[in-house]
Amino acid sequence: MKPHAKFTNHLLLTVFSVLMLYPVIWWIGASLKTTAELTSPSLWPATPMWENYTKGWSFSGEYTFTHFFGNTLLMELGNVTGGVLTAAIVAYGFGRLRFKLRGFWFSVLLLTMMLPGQVTVVPQYILFNKLGFVDSYVPLVLPHFFGGGAFFIFLLVQFIRGIPRELDEAAKIDGASVYGIFLRIIFPLVKPALVTVAIFTFIWSWDDFFAQVLYLSSIDKFTVGLALRMFIDQFDIQWGQLLAMSLLSVVPSVAIFFFAQKYFVEGIATTGLKG
Amino acid sequence: MSAKTSTKTRLEKWSIRKRKNSEETNIAGYIFISPWLIGFLLLTLWPISQSLYLSFTEYSLLSEPVWIGSDNYVKIFTDDSTFIKSLSVTFTFVLFSVPLKLFFSLMVAIALNKSIRGMNLYRTAIYFPSLIGGSIAVAALWRNMFGADGYVNQILAWFGIHGPAWISNPDTSLGTLILLNTWQFGSTMVIFLAGLKQIPQELYESASVDGAGKVRKFISITLPMLSPVVFFNLVLGVIGSFQTFTSAFIITRGGPINSTYVYAIFLYEKAFKHYQMGYASALAWILLVIVAALTTINFFASRYWVFYESGGGRAK
Repeated sequence: MKPHAKFTNHLLLTVFSVLMLYPVIWWIGASLKTTAELTSPSLWPATPMWENYTKGWSFSGEYTFTHFFGNTLLMELGNVTGGVLTAAIVAYGFGRLRFKLRGFWFSVLLLTMMLPGQVTVVPQYILFNKLGFVDSYVPLVLPHFFGGGAFFIFLLVQFIRGIPRELDEAAKIDGASVYGIFLRIIFPLVKPALVTVAIFTFIWSWDDFFAQVLYLSSIDKFTVGLALRMFIDQFDIQWGQLLAMSLLSVVPSVAIFFFAQKYFVEGIATTGLKG
Repeated sequence: MSAKTSTKTRLEKWSIRKRKNSEETNIAGYIFISPWLIGFLLLTLWPISQSLYLSFTEYSLLSEPVWIGSDNYVKIFTDDSTFIKSLSVTFTFVLFSVPLKLFFSLMVAIALNKSIRGMNLYRTAIYFPSLIGGSIAVAALWRNMFGADGYVNQILAWFGIHGPAWISNPDTSLGTLILLNTWQFGSTMVIFLAGLKQIPQELYESASVDGAGKVRKFISITLPMLSPVVFFNLVLGVIGSFQTFTSAFIITRGGPINSTYVYAIFLYEKAFKHYQMGYASALAWILLVIVAALTTINFFASRYWVFYESGGGRAK
């Protein structure tokens, strides 16, 4: 690329990034402001109110955000483990093995991607209610152990189809069973794509407010998102504290994205979504 | 003679082994897909059929469902103004947010599909809004930015414009949600980016040799090669935005005067606030039919604009 073209590229990208991040920059400043200062147009407060963070952290008195972060991370641990373990297993079945009705089940899998969640939510709630799992993490975590979701299975099937079959054949000649081939050949090779699955699962479950608000009702079990909702529902909202805690609530997702972002694009690119 | 029998037995053995093999993989196949299959039967198929049944009943969770025939559907279509309202709000939302998001994310993906220094930083910056998703964090941010004396109006005031209270004004509240949805174009963009990376570089090179300019290359190479990905994003975008819930639920609570009362909130409140599970199930099935119809239309329309390489240039 020519030097001046490079420069315009950087300039455009910088301007656009700043535009995209402007609300976030305001957010950082606002999280350090007093309520009176919030309506002032300056981005940064005269004196930063660091106690917005310390006071906000323990706003509810009974529980601090340490508790809510702990709850959310515990839920995430279950979700990510479930998704990563089972998505690879299911994807190997669809991607490599021949069995009766495989094509049919695979089309069903793709169809479920298009199914609006609202259609299943009421009976699912009734089911979990009857089993006594409402107000526990079971309804949130358990679904991830059933293949981690159609989107991830599809992603991994595409990825596995890209792995040369000669590797399987060679292992078969050496006497490996289908299970051996999965454990020794496919699973190690599919790991990069599994990182993508793990990251997406983490970020999406962190944001999955609907399921959390539906199934969790006691404060003791609240996630960060629900704790923030409790905060925003207060009569006299301490906006500075709320914005400070909201900002902290997005830190895990942002950190994970920043450090693992190459898996985001490459994970999807190598799976050949076009197929 | 002996050679013949040995071939025969070998053939027999081979076919037995093959049959045994295929039975084995049959079982193995089902073992491998069983986590998904069990989940599908338990948490998708059974709930769907249950939902269809419940949609013909009156059910409050406390007593057993009572069969009332098509009463729920009749009431929804003839005697429920909230249904019409929520449907029109949702259609407006889909109509604006899907094309806006597709357009922006494609443009940005093209800008980001270059190898220049610091690209990781730009990508993170641009993806950032999507990471904060539909969380309460965003609700707090948006309510503040678009409030009566929020940041947006302070900036408009510099230009002498007196902005409305964007979120509490029924004329503009839905607009702020559409804007939020567009601002969070990250995952759509990542999928575009992945698609762009798969376009063979040789195509551009040979086009350059033929003297094609940037615009020409975009129209003749990028767009057709990318059209399956555009289609994928379009289908999922329509389905996704039809179910939009969180932002309207936490930022505006469906208000003011129901101006952001999207279909999913309507359904949620019928089910989990009023405990009218039967009525909510009927609403869910209507949603399913609408989404299925739109998806079918999308698939039919795709024949005219989606380009598949392997199909000799024609749609599959």
